[in-house]
Amino acid sequence: MKKYYFDHVATNPLHPEVLEAMMPYLKEEFGNPLSVYEYGMTAKNAIEQAREKVAFLVNAKPAEIIFTASGAEANNFALRGIALARQNEGKHVIVSRMEHHSVLNSARFLEKSGFAVTYLSVDKAGLLDPEAVKKAITKETTVISVTHASSEVGTIEPIKEIVKVAKERNITVHTDAVATTGNIPVDVKDLGVDLLSMAAHQFYGPKGAAALYVKQGTRIVPLIYGGIQESGRRAGTENVPAVVGMGKAAELARAEMQERIAYLRPLRDRIIDTMAGVERVYLTGDRANRLPAHASFCVEYIEGEAMLLLLAAKGIFSASGSACSSKALKASPVLLSMGISSSLAQGSIVFSLGMGNTPQDVDYLVAEFPAVIKRLREISPYAKGWGDREEGGEACTVKE
Amino acid sequence: MKFVENVKPDVTTDIVYMMCPMHLLKLEEQVKLLDPGQILEIITDYDGALEDIPSWCEKTGNEFLGVEDSGDFFKFYIKKLAR
Repeated sequence: MKKYYFDHVATNPLHPEVLEAMMPYLKEEFGNPLSVYEYGMTAKNAIEQAREKVAFLVNAKPAEIIFTASGAEANNFALRGIALARQNEGKHVIVSRMEHHSVLNSARFLEKSGFAVTYLSVDKAGLLDPEAVKKAITKETTVISVTHASSEVGTIEPIKEIVKVAKERNITVHTDAVATTGNIPVDVKDLGVDLLSMAAHQFYGPKGAAALYVKQGTRIVPLIYGGIQESGRRAGTENVPAVVGMGKAAELARAEMQERIAYLRPLRDRIIDTMAGVERVYLTGDRANRLPAHASFCVEYIEGEAMLLLLAAKGIFSASGSACSSKALKASPVLLSMGISSSLAQGSIVFSLGMGNTPQDVDYLVAEFPAVIKRLREISPYAKGWGDREEGGEACTVKE
Repeated sequence: MKFVENVKPDVTTDIVYMMCPMHLLKLEEQVKLLDPGQILEIITDYDGALEDIPSWCEKTGNEFLGVEDSGDFFKFYIKKLAR
């Protein structure tokens, strides 16, 4: 059966040119970048070239890029590293409720370690109001972390405005840009952030390579202690092949970005427009400020998992909420934070497109998905409504 | 240990929270860039530098002016000497 992959926020296949760039470092060029002889120098040059390419992608200086093993590590490093580095100035951290678990759980760790944390709610489109950030700031606030875009609902957050508010008070700003870097223009200078997380597998690079941008002059306590890799800020022998792959993926993303967006956005709009015509299906997230390849919905009276299984039987692979929440069969905290009822949040589904998807793939999806909804509603005990359970549709952004 | 105050450096390098032995690598890198007579300030939280930086200066023929303990961090002052 043909496979239709619509889960590119989970991960992406490797770009063939990325694999090609990585191959020598998986084979004959196996050196440790810290070794002083030829093998080491070749590996060191390779990671420094990758650093330049990643820096260029986000308009940073190469010395401001610290490679990590995952986006989650970059987020842990950022939040914990800055909170600890500035703890003598204050012990208050602000995050949004839209954050990935790697930010939220780092915030919880800080809370247990004696920091105060404010978790800010978002509006029904998933947007964080910079005014709410302003109100949450205290004399003790040292760090604010807000995602650049949620991979669950696709909403792009007003980071520049949040930075403006934070900078009036000398607060360090981190953004989790794992969902955006390589997919839409990300410019650290334009955004004004002090730290920014990114991951290679979100833009056709390999897993196991990610990075944290740390603005020059920012003090950060390491997360992993050991040797002097990454300027003594992140220990551990570099994953050279993956880092090289990240560099190549960054170069390709920078060169092809506008072309990719121009290809993906109309496909995404086709899904959103078609689903708007299906009864009691609501778009989640913001319609305008949205990732170009992201379409997410809440489908009333049925469960996300049931949709995933029936779609998978037709060869269509998608996601329901975040990978973690979905596995635990929990209502997504992101959707709940947007004011969507827990009943409706059960019917969450996300389609995220990639360059491997064709217009014919999307034709197939928009033909099959409404049929899956119809079939599930025929057998759903809630097909005639939630009964005494709450209605939730009004919280979503698209409602007929 | 030689303690000093109010030294006016020509160049400052902040390596706070960077792991050992970055204090020696940065020291070497930065001193290379100085002109003879210029003063380098290195800010670090690493207490091992109290031993390492004076002995590095002795070994390389540069002048260790002293250290200032600012409470949270150490500020080391090194004057490059003509060789």
